[in-house]
Amino acid sequence: MALLVHFFPNMYRDSVALMQLSTKIVQLPGIEAASAQMATEANIDLMAQAGLLEERPATRPNDMLLVVRGEEAGLQAARDFAEAALSRKATGDDGSVQKVQPRATVMALDGDAKGANLALISTPGAFAGAEAMKALKLGLDVMIFSDNVPVDEEIAIKRYGHARDLLVMGPDCGTAIINGVPLAFANVVRKGGIGVVGASGTGLQQVTCLIHQAGAGVTQAIGTGGHDLSEAVGGLTMLTALKQLGADPDTKVIVLISKPPAKAVADRVLAAARVTGKPVVVCFLGATLAEVESQGFDCALTLEEAALRAVETLKAGKAKFRSNHGASAELQARAKRLAASVGSGRRYLRGLYSGGTFCYEALLLLQDVLPGLQSNTPTKKTARMADLWRSSGHTIMDLGDDDFTRGRAHPMIDPALRLERIGQEAADAGTAIILLDVVLGYGAHENPAGVLAPAIEKARAAVGGKGAPAFVAQICGTDADPQHMGQQADILRAAGVDVSFSNAEAVALVRAVFENIKG
Amino acid sequence: MAGLISQDLNVVNIGLASFGDVIREKGGKATDLQWQPPAGGNPKDAWNLALLTGDPRIAEANKLAYGRYLAAQPFLVGVKTAREALPDMDGRIILHSGPPVTWENMCGPQQGAVLGAVLFEGWAGDLDGARRLVEAGSIRLEPCHHHRAVGPMAGITSPSMPVWIVRDATSGNEAYSNMNEGLGKVLRFGANGPDVIARLKWMAETMGPTLAVIVEEMGGLDLKPIMAQALHMGDEVHNRNAAASSLLFRKLTTTALASKRLDAKAVAETLTFVAGNDHFFLNLSMAACKAMLDAAHGVPCSTLVTAMARNGVEFGIKISGLDRWFTAEAPFIEGLFFPGYGQADAARDLGDSAITETAGVGGFAMAAAPAIVQFVGGTPRDALANTLRMLNITLGQNPAFTLPALDFTGSPAGIDARLVADTGIQPVINTGIAHREAGIGQVGAGLTYAPLACFSQAVSALAETMTFDA
Repeated sequence: MALLVHFFPNMYRDSVALMQLSTKIVQLPGIEAASAQMATEANIDLMAQAGLLEERPATRPNDMLLVVRGEEAGLQAARDFAEAALSRKATGDDGSVQKVQPRATVMALDGDAKGANLALISTPGAFAGAEAMKALKLGLDVMIFSDNVPVDEEIAIKRYGHARDLLVMGPDCGTAIINGVPLAFANVVRKGGIGVVGASGTGLQQVTCLIHQAGAGVTQAIGTGGHDLSEAVGGLTMLTALKQLGADPDTKVIVLISKPPAKAVADRVLAAARVTGKPVVVCFLGATLAEVESQGFDCALTLEEAALRAVETLKAGKAKFRSNHGASAELQARAKRLAASVGSGRRYLRGLYSGGTFCYEALLLLQDVLPGLQSNTPTKKTARMADLWRSSGHTIMDLGDDDFTRGRAHPMIDPALRLERIGQEAADAGTAIILLDVVLGYGAHENPAGVLAPAIEKARAAVGGKGAPAFVAQICGTDADPQHMGQQADILRAAGVDVSFSNAEAVALVRAVFENIKG
Repeated sequence: MAGLISQDLNVVNIGLASFGDVIREKGGKATDLQWQPPAGGNPKDAWNLALLTGDPRIAEANKLAYGRYLAAQPFLVGVKTAREALPDMDGRIILHSGPPVTWENMCGPQQGAVLGAVLFEGWAGDLDGARRLVEAGSIRLEPCHHHRAVGPMAGITSPSMPVWIVRDATSGNEAYSNMNEGLGKVLRFGANGPDVIARLKWMAETMGPTLAVIVEEMGGLDLKPIMAQALHMGDEVHNRNAAASSLLFRKLTTTALASKRLDAKAVAETLTFVAGNDHFFLNLSMAACKAMLDAAHGVPCSTLVTAMARNGVEFGIKISGLDRWFTAEAPFIEGLFFPGYGQADAARDLGDSAITETAGVGGFAMAAAPAIVQFVGGTPRDALANTLRMLNITLGQNPAFTLPALDFTGSPAGIDARLVADTGIQPVINTGIAHREAGIGQVGAGLTYAPLACFSQAVSALAETMTFDA
């Protein structure tokens, strides 16, 4: 039998608490006797009388004295037990006090969110950078839905994350699907073998939805945020994302979506894509086939091609799909029908998009076809609208752009602005086609077709029904989305709207209609 | 490495709660923050706070500072005059509570107490004379904290006043506090009439020397165990000291009665005075807390708060890593008023006594003293909730100060300025309410909260002294 005499200096404990502690220590394996007491003269005498103490220890009355007799092996455990018992932490929850909801990431990590690995940030932009930096410094990956983060903060957080292999999705990242969980604005898509990474929110949504519609699925959809591939930021998130997708055994094919970045950035990004060793479908919207293929990558010229070429690559190892809808007899028949329904003198397209990348893709596909095409977010080959609030000639607008979202929700959430504009465009005697996108999924309006349909019928009635402009819509979504794509399509068709399931198809249809109107 | 995408999602959702709903619906884990702009809503301070978050240098510094705070063993070792005990007390100097403040800017009670101290010292024969002297700038007015001292309410400490000397046996540093005059018309609330001055003179001439002998003959007094025991007896050793004062009285009495050096009349008067004042221990509690926190002060990069003090105009804090005050307007106190008084009579938060909360007692140990929470119409459960809330802004729990209501675990202790700035959870303070005019005295008591701006500024200032890896 061995004896442990240990004291905790200047540690007051109530005698009842110490008796409890003694009782618990005696129950430990290999312990024969134990006594924890404040080291007063009287208590030391008691311990000595009990045969626990052979000599008086050098303690002061305000020290806590622990004496344990037992097998050598058990003594250290007894001491550790006492140490732990004396520095126990409050559980904070005896049920009588309402729990405080965590106010900060660091506080959440200490409680309910123990082990959290991602911070999803949708605060005002002035604070989003700081929230992201805090999360990164605490070892979390981040997704920043917020926009208007100062660019120096964006660069700082991206550099910090990149150096530590932490993903920094955003700022201005509207969508992501991580391990099958939709984040912010995202659609419900099947799990599968394709990893998608993109700088554009609606671009990611279009590609993931079309992959789903084609019967395949995605591993991850990683949004980088709209500024990631700028020269200032240098594509740092894209690089980290490619590294992670490269290492992910479930990801067999990678899709990369962006506007064509500056050469230095493109070189770095494509080098990282090459390092993955996996087939990568590159969709640099606006780049030519030659520009991408000369780098040794499969090139998608539309978002639709990106999705379907990835599916083909996954299934067959090679891709041949092109968004060549104009060659389809079915589409030509639809175009003829629509052209015939349009009143005479109506000659112009009015595109009213809620998705920025859909608007941009439409401009690219039509800029060489429709003369004098204008936009509030023009490409190099199109003109800027003189008056945002009144269209003229062929016009395609992004109603989700900052000019329209200041002080009001995005048109994917709050349709009021677009509904009003539909009436205005229909009343314009020059309008031949009103082109719309309908974006489904989490975060979007719960029934966009349900609010569009009556507005379209009302606009048509206002111009006398017959001879009104034609309505062309494309739905970005899946049947698994909360709004259900098929049901949304039915509602729109019932209102006389031509429905496509990809932007490329809707744009090809518009193009064919104008060929018929000209003819 | 596949990073995030190889793990099950566990999300901290900061902002729109609906995003969290979707994650949970789709089988992910999400914790919604009750988010508000951090650092009091100043984006620059919020960014600086972010830079300090999770920084290993700060973690290391805080561990060191907090360890020193925990290891401190404050002993009452003597009683002397302030002139003899405190550093730099020569000539005409009067100490006040809180961060630095000029005479013109002082609140009513503090001005009244300064004038009273001038009379007590005999530097002027009447109030007009005292006022002229102070206005002429011939008396140094400095914070108690700049002289290793603390004083409740006005905190006025002049060279001839007796002070408690508390020494931290671990670090060897000393802290000081003046002595408690009791309630009613007293100097610390700005009263300066003849009865107040007469009491101060008795304290200096009779009580101080008597206590000096008692403390010497008892061989000093270990203060932490008394505080710990009082926390089990319904005190939080800031605004409620009935148990601690009684425990102190027991110790003083046995020694005093056995002493052969003391005059019986002086002993009787002193013990009667101590017995009549439920707050007598407060100043010792404060000096003990000051000693523990001074031990923790001065660790570079540490964000541990080492002082919270108010002068009735400004609330100031210090952090271990930066030896300067960070101030904001002192708040008003939410509480109950004595009959005949109301909020319009109240001074702003006043006194160095928030050193107790800084050390993890007072409001932080409110769960030990449910009676306190009645000042704001609360229940014992509210008292417990206040203590539990402080766990979110502190570095740990002090195992020396266990609380029955916390299942005998320690009181939340060691305020991390970063956590306050980040969570917006303000340190809670139990305190008395002084009348805003000099000399009327205490008009109530209640709870108040340390202003967020002090903590945001401190964090921001520290960040600006450091460099960070990209």
